[in-house]
This record gives sequence, structure tokens and C-alpha cells, in this order.
Amino acid sequence: MSAHAAAPDLESRYRPVPPVGWLSSGALACVIVGGILLASYAPRVAPLGAATALLVAAAVLMVIAGTLLARIGDFAWATFALVFKWALLAYVVIAGMIEFAFVHDHTRGSSLVIVTLMLVIFASSVPTTIAFTVARFADAT
Amino acid sequence: MNEEMTRAPATATTPPPRARIQVVPVRGLPVVVALVVFVALSIGFNWRWGLMFNHVVGGGLWTGIDLFVGLVIGPILGRLSIPARAEFSARFMPKMVIIMPTVVMMTLATGFQVARFSGNLAASSPNHAWLIVSFCVVGIMAVIALGVLEPANIAVLFEMNKPVPDGELIGRLMQRFIYTAGITGVMQVATLIIMTRLASR
Repeated sequence: MSAHAAAPDLESRYRPVPPVGWLSSGALACVIVGGILLASYAPRVAPLGAATALLVAAAVLMVIAGTLLARIGDFAWATFALVFKWALLAYVVIAGMIEFAFVHDHTRGSSLVIVTLMLVIFASSVPTTIAFTVARFADAT
Repeated sequence: MNEEMTRAPATATTPPPRARIQVVPVRGLPVVVALVVFVALSIGFNWRWGLMFNHVVGGGLWTGIDLFVGLVIGPILGRLSIPARAEFSARFMPKMVIIMPTVVMMTLATGFQVARFSGNLAASSPNHAWLIVSFCVVGIMAVIALGVLEPANIAVLFEMNKPVPDGELIGRLMQRFIYTAGITGVMQVATLIIMTRLASR
């Protein structure tokens, strides 16, 4: 038997992990659709029902992603933390810029609360996806 | 001289140590900070030239880089040998880590303000529907870029920094770029059509 034939395939070299990346990307998609909905009504006040439903869906997806992530044993947590904190810094700056634009455009009240919470999910979902994708293939610590 | 000659066979058989890849090119960060401040000041002071500059330059670079990488660099990269592909990617991808989020931030943060000032946000504007379509196009591109491509890009860079990178894993992650190149290309062409139409009405 050759050494090449003996090499395990990609799936067997890495432990199966829960779909944390897909869930956090799903949360990102929800807040982006919600953001488009709110922006499409500007400068009028958007109906908040659909935007709130999308925000809740995104929050639920992030909670599930976080729960599944916390239950993974034997995971490269040091790598996850390293990537997450730097990505979080970058996306907090981007989210802060978007929030600033909305406040500057006189978005107030319930609309501003929903926009802010969507940006919180935006700023946490992208670093979660990036850090998880990197850490799942890193050596566990 | 003699010492060099006696060392020569050893260096010929032992591969030179690979330089560690800097995932985020730190030297580029001051430029990013300057652009973030420029965008913030343009929005804060309703500086129309600043808003237009950031939106047009950022958007032009975003679209141009996406199309150039997808249609020109990508196919060339696909025909290179594996070592050449790895060598190119190790130098190219860290730059994309810093360039793409910056041009996207410049484009999107100022785009909404440009639409507000030009009156396109008003529901009565003949351009309003086109504007909503552009929001949708950008939304699709954002989900692909942030949820699929950027995580793969950074995971590839981390994998390349390992003592023995897993070529199959790198290939698998890079496939995401091939699968999404078509969607991104169509979305960017749609962006060009929408934006030139908005600007000419």
C-alpha cells in the first residue's frame, strides 16, 4: 500500500463540528435583509414588524451558534480568541461608522434601537464566522 | 569561501525556511485609519465632495478589484503550479484582507448619504426603485464576502503559516472563491448598470 493511499481524506483528518459558521452567516443575512428593509423606507419611518422579526431571528441564530460553539470539546480556543478579538475590533469600527451615519440622519426612537441591535449582531456574527472557520482547522489547545 | 562551498550541498537539498505570512499587513493600517477618519468627517460635516469622493473611489475600486480578480487573476491562478499558486496567494491575500473591508466601508457608509443628498431616497424619486435594487445587490455581495469569502481567506493564511500546510484543505477553501466568482461578477456588473443609470437621470 502506498503512503498516498494510506493518507486519510480531508473529512477524516478534521473532527466534524456543528454548523456554527452557517448559523452566524444566517444571522448576518437576517440583519442585512432587515437593514435593507429599514433603509428602503428612509427618510420615512419603516414598519418595524418585519425588521423586528428579522432581528429576533438573527438573535436566535446567534444564540444557537454560541451554544453549539461552547459545547465543542477539544477546540482551538486560543486561535479562536486571537482571530475573534481582532475581527471584532475591525467590525465594531465599521458598525460604529454605520451607526454614526444613522444617528447623523436623525434616526431616533424604536428605529434607532432596532438598527443598533442589528449592528451589534452584524459586528459579532462576522468575527464569529471568521474565527470559527480559522479555529476549526487549527491545532486544538 | 570554502565554508560557503561546503555549505552549498546542504542548502540545495534542504528547502529554505518559509517566511511567516503576516495575516494583517500592519504597515497598511495608518492608511486605513486615515480613510476611516476621512469618511467620518465627510459624513459628520455633510462634506459633499468628501462623500462623493469616498463613494465613487471606494465603489470603483470595489467593483474593479472584484471583476479583475474574478475574471483575470483567478483563471491565471488556477493554471499555475501549486507552489506558484501558494507563493502568489501568500503575498496577495494579506493585502486583500486590508483593502477590501476598507473600500467596502468607504462605499457603503457614504453611499447612503449621497443617495439622501441627491434625493434618490425619496419614495417619489424616479430613481428610488433602482436604489432599492442596488441595496439588494450590495446585500447579496455583503453576505457572500463577509460570510463565505473572508473567513476562507483568513483560514487559508493561517493554514499557510503552519509548519506543514494542508494543501487539500487550502484547495477546498479556495474553491469557495471559484463557486462565488460568478455570482459576485453578475452582481458587480449589475452595480455598474444601476449606478451609471442613477447618475445619468
